[in-house]
Amino acid sequence: MPSRTRILAAGTALALGFSALPALAAGQITFVSQGGAYQEAQTVAILDPAAKELGITVNQDSAPDAWPMIKTQGETGKPIWDVVDTPPANCVRGGKEGLIEPLDFSKIPNAEAMPAAYRTPYSVAYEFYASVLAFNKANLGDKIPQSWADFWDVEKFPGTRALRNHPHVTLEAALLADGVPRDKLYPLDVDRAFKKLEEIKPHITVWWTSGGQSAQLLADGEVDMAMVWNGRASAVMKDAPDIGFTFNDGFLQNTQLCILKNAPNLDQAVRFINTAVSPELQANLPLHIDYGPGNPAAFDIGKIPAERAAQLPSSPENAAKQTLISDEWWASPEGEAAEKRWLTFIQ
Amino acid sequence: MTASSDADLARAFERGEHRLMLLLALPAFVVVFCLLVLPLGWLVVQSFWDDGPSLNHYARLVTDPVYLNTFWLTFRISFIVTIVTLLLAYPVAYAATVATGAWRAVILAFVLVPFWTSVLVRAYAWLILLQRSGVVNGALRDAGLIERPLALVHNETGTIIATVHILLPFMILPLQATMAKIPRDLLTAGASLGGGPLHVFRCVFLPLSLPGILAGSTLVFVLCLGFYITPELMGGGRTVMVSMVISRNIELYQAWGAASAVSVTLLAIVGAIFWTVSRFLPLDRVFSTR
Repeated sequence: MPSRTRILAAGTALALGFSALPALAAGQITFVSQGGAYQEAQTVAILDPAAKELGITVNQDSAPDAWPMIKTQGETGKPIWDVVDTPPANCVRGGKEGLIEPLDFSKIPNAEAMPAAYRTPYSVAYEFYASVLAFNKANLGDKIPQSWADFWDVEKFPGTRALRNHPHVTLEAALLADGVPRDKLYPLDVDRAFKKLEEIKPHITVWWTSGGQSAQLLADGEVDMAMVWNGRASAVMKDAPDIGFTFNDGFLQNTQLCILKNAPNLDQAVRFINTAVSPELQANLPLHIDYGPGNPAAFDIGKIPAERAAQLPSSPENAAKQTLISDEWWASPEGEAAEKRWLTFIQ
Repeated sequence: MTASSDADLARAFERGEHRLMLLLALPAFVVVFCLLVLPLGWLVVQSFWDDGPSLNHYARLVTDPVYLNTFWLTFRISFIVTIVTLLLAYPVAYAATVATGAWRAVILAFVLVPFWTSVLVRAYAWLILLQRSGVVNGALRDAGLIERPLALVHNETGTIIATVHILLPFMILPLQATMAKIPRDLLTAGASLGGGPLHVFRCVFLPLSLPGILAGSTLVFVLCLGFYITPELMGGGRTVMVSMVISRNIELYQAWGAASAVSVTLLAIVGAIFWTVSRFLPLDRVFSTR
């Protein structure tokens, strides 16, 4: 087995202290993420240290939307990517279509130790963000919404509103606003959600399509309250002190790591995933960007300061106020049907 | 040499030259084939394919209200934009025609500079002008004309305003080209026969400028049918035009077949419009600058 010899060689090389030449002996993987500031941050926090620890070269590629590429590469049967950082729905859907490798968690002890809800048969949580309720204090005065029920209450909370032009999370918010308890959300009552959305539709000024747009709308004062991603909200808050957000009623979302079926460097990819989700490396990520570690154990090792943890969507305290989005449900036939219904609704 | 063999020689030479011309044009043909014909063919095949040859995608176009509504909305917006553009462009084109020297340059500069500016930049500029706390609403409020800000953007109104601005040059330039070709003598003749300025305009100038009106309107209408960035930014997510449905189909649902069917339909409509107009009007001559 050439890969095993390579691993052995890597181990030997490291043991002998040849750490300056790791790439030569140990092989490589191709890792794909979403680019931008996020990929730069994880390069420093996770990818570089993991490459060093494993003695491999981590080649990087980026794709803001990896799904079409996963599909194309999978269909050729000879993918060039190994590990992809992508929303779990892609991993699950890809797994069901035979494009993504099922994971053997016994070989990935760090992932095995994580909560079961943070994994799928094909992937493991890598990084957390949240869809939160953000608002503009200057326009709203003391009538600041704290829940989706408030957001839907146009009498008590007058003002302009924005939601994302996408069914994911929007349907969940509608159900919470309609009084569905957080732990009873899934499987989503799609009819009920769309009915509740019809109620707020006339009061939505903008259905935003990009994160940048959502931030702009808040910063310009064009909308008084909006569902946005927490990283975008905190970025706006740096320049506009009137903007604020709450993790109350927020939705915890993550991207996960999965491996392409027939990946060229399968064994290395599995080793890489184990290292990338280790508490030690995961704790590095929030020191570089406003996203939380995928592995909650990262909060226990004392690397993330308490005041930083308080800003992160996946810290135990903030996670407790939120709902974890079920990408497994969205990857199911019911989820896909709900996605298709969105276009009819939005017109 | 006789005269007839001279003519033969000239024809042979012409044929040879013709062949050389074709050879020289070959790289262009290859480029057009690879970049236009091939992908277009792929699109057409894709639109008739759903796990085998099928008309499913087209069937959905005529049965699913989403597609019908989108086409209806797109045509309505394109129609309104065309009318508004024509009304705004006609006086400008006329002014550019009658103006002389520096004035003419100034008018054309005002038409061309925005024409050369990125569509994205202009859409954002309108966003800033028209939004709730924007310049326009601010001015109206300061003037005491309104109490609450008008919803000028993130809806159909905003989409139409920005689209009109972006497409104005496409109306002004063909109009101006046609107007420039109208002989001034005819206007003088009309006036000398006792027609007042309005009468001369209505009976002489307007009919002679009709080809420009038709050419400009066709161009604006057809371009507007395929608009994407402007309605995406200015429409607030509700103004869903055909091109947005195509992109949504791919992004959200990975439905290449459905997206291809919509694209092919749009292409066929545009082709039909051009074909119809070209029966009344030598389009190549109107759009040429000569």
